[in-house]
Amino acid sequence: MKLSLKPQETFRDDYTFSNSDEAILRFPFPFPEDSYMYSVNMEPHVRGGASPVYNAMFDIDEHYVGDMADRAITLDQDPLRCQVLPHMETAEWDTLELLMENLANDYPEHFSLTKNDDEWHWINRPLDIDQKFTFGREETLPFGPFEYITRQVQGDFSLQDQRDNNLYMDGGMVTSQADWSLNFDVGMSFHEWHGPVPLAHESGVFDRALQYLLRMQCGKPVRRLNWTMTANPRLDTSPENYPLWGPEKAAITPENVGHRMCLRVELQTLYRLPRSNAILFSIRGYLIRLEELAKVKKWAVRMHRVIRDLHPRIAEYKGLPRYRQYVVDYFAPHDDGRVLNAGIGPEQDGI
Amino acid sequence: MKLKIEAAGQLTSGIRKFTLAPVDGAVLPRAGAGSHVVLEIPGPNRVWKNAYSITSAADALAYEIMVRRVEKSRGGSAWLHEHAKVGDVLEVYPPQNLFAPQRKAKRHLLLSAGIGITPFLSYLKLPGLAYEMHHCCKPEDETAFRTLLPSGPEATLHTSRNTLNLEALLKRQKLDTHLSVCGPESFMDVVLATAAHVGWPAAKVHKESFGGATGGEPFVAHLKRSGVKVNVGREESLLDAMEAAGLTPPCLCRGGACGECKLTVLDGVPAHHDHYLSETERAANNAIMICVSRAKTPELVLDF
Repeated sequence: MKLSLKPQETFRDDYTFSNSDEAILRFPFPFPEDSYMYSVNMEPHVRGGASPVYNAMFDIDEHYVGDMADRAITLDQDPLRCQVLPHMETAEWDTLELLMENLANDYPEHFSLTKNDDEWHWINRPLDIDQKFTFGREETLPFGPFEYITRQVQGDFSLQDQRDNNLYMDGGMVTSQADWSLNFDVGMSFHEWHGPVPLAHESGVFDRALQYLLRMQCGKPVRRLNWTMTANPRLDTSPENYPLWGPEKAAITPENVGHRMCLRVELQTLYRLPRSNAILFSIRGYLIRLEELAKVKKWAVRMHRVIRDLHPRIAEYKGLPRYRQYVVDYFAPHDDGRVLNAGIGPEQDGI
Repeated sequence: MKLKIEAAGQLTSGIRKFTLAPVDGAVLPRAGAGSHVVLEIPGPNRVWKNAYSITSAADALAYEIMVRRVEKSRGGSAWLHEHAKVGDVLEVYPPQNLFAPQRKAKRHLLLSAGIGITPFLSYLKLPGLAYEMHHCCKPEDETAFRTLLPSGPEATLHTSRNTLNLEALLKRQKLDTHLSVCGPESFMDVVLATAAHVGWPAAKVHKESFGGATGGEPFVAHLKRSGVKVNVGREESLLDAMEAAGLTPPCLCRGGACGECKLTVLDGVPAHHDHYLSETERAANNAIMICVSRAKTPELVLDF
């Protein structure tokens, strides 16, 4: 897979983050229709499909270097963003193997993994890492195996233990979350950590989703898209740091909404891990400024309709009410009433 | 994937063990403790699919399994006992795990009978596992099973279920112990009933189900959407009969445990033999787990 990485860019303070035209066109736009409601929208995570971000098992993009630098800053300030409970040690090694094998397979020009029984050699060229270690021996790595590898892969991760016919969030690496806290959720069961989500409990979405996940098989990962909006391209929108990003939300005006406001899409993928029988949940976030999104006609028209007609309780849960009308007004001039095709593709070849 | 029988040998008169290895020397998918594989076994008129616990998957180079010869064999275990030989190549589905150890438990109480020992053989390979194990077998199989178990005090072999004082055993366990049980239905029923009787919470107990797919009276399954009627014989499961008719219903564990093969019953009364449906769901009689359950009426109409 051909991939060129940008040099350092920032996701805080001066926010130098931006998407190239190629990155805009490969953005995983989350709305296949003109309206949005919760559903069990899971499908097999096979390479290829409706979006180019599905072409790799774990998608790496042009923002990789800056993304990983931002994670390191967040961890330095708050080490509790990465926690794994002691009974998940086997799942940590499962995760390390899954990530290393797939990165080396999908991006051989950037990553390589050589195994000689339990003696492994990992090379990460973009981050200038060359590590020899013994699989299963934590003391041969600079961090625990889960933290070690998730410091090198974009997106947040959580580890779910399966027991008592339920899933428990017994570990995670969470530095780019949409306002939830691993430190608060760690150890919770499936329905507990989904507690704050409106509407979906009543319709049985979580009961069905849990049954589906409990039966997930090794080698058959699944995926779904989720979304929210973020003021400025900030990765760390955590409850712990609300004092930092809350005021940025409040500073959104009709004049700056196009530049500052971002649509934030999560490609969520789930993998059954072979040794531990745990489930790895990857929450791979993508940010796009509204002015970048507006360069794709179909998406601009659809954004207008989806945000305009969004259920008020969903809008509230996603933190949109303060600036929802600005977003609707921003996209309104793009909506000429045309009928849009179903599906998430941009339907244009260039910007 | 294609695996060849690399080694085969008799463990007891009724149990044969096999080592399955990749034809091309490739690395096998990892199999955690409690995993099983499903084997495609050639029969005279059709292919059987049977699930077997992986007793060992050392270095991911080979899987070891043990096969009990079922008295009224559905076909698969009879073939593996009478015809399978070293060098034979079988289609094997990648391992899945429906009986993983409870990793939060501080201690494990493992109770098994007969072929029910197989998933626990993989548990025993977990480094640092704190456990107490009791295995029941026939007197004539004692020597063979002795070779499978560690010699220390943590594993005890019983040649009669009477020497296993379940109530005392379950009463004296510490609170942080998790009970796992595997064996014939009658054995698991007694263990679970005793555990409930002496106050074990359901969340501290789990069981592996296997070999539950017994036969019964023949019946006709009318698959409405497919427009097909399938005769289910005395010695085959509804799932097997549907597959033999060229249909591909959903399925995973083939033992009534996972819930994958649940179909909606439109007419007729199912005879439930699964471990998945709740009491309420069973009583409603509008769903059936086709891998193990059968019919109380001559015909079942199913939404498939």
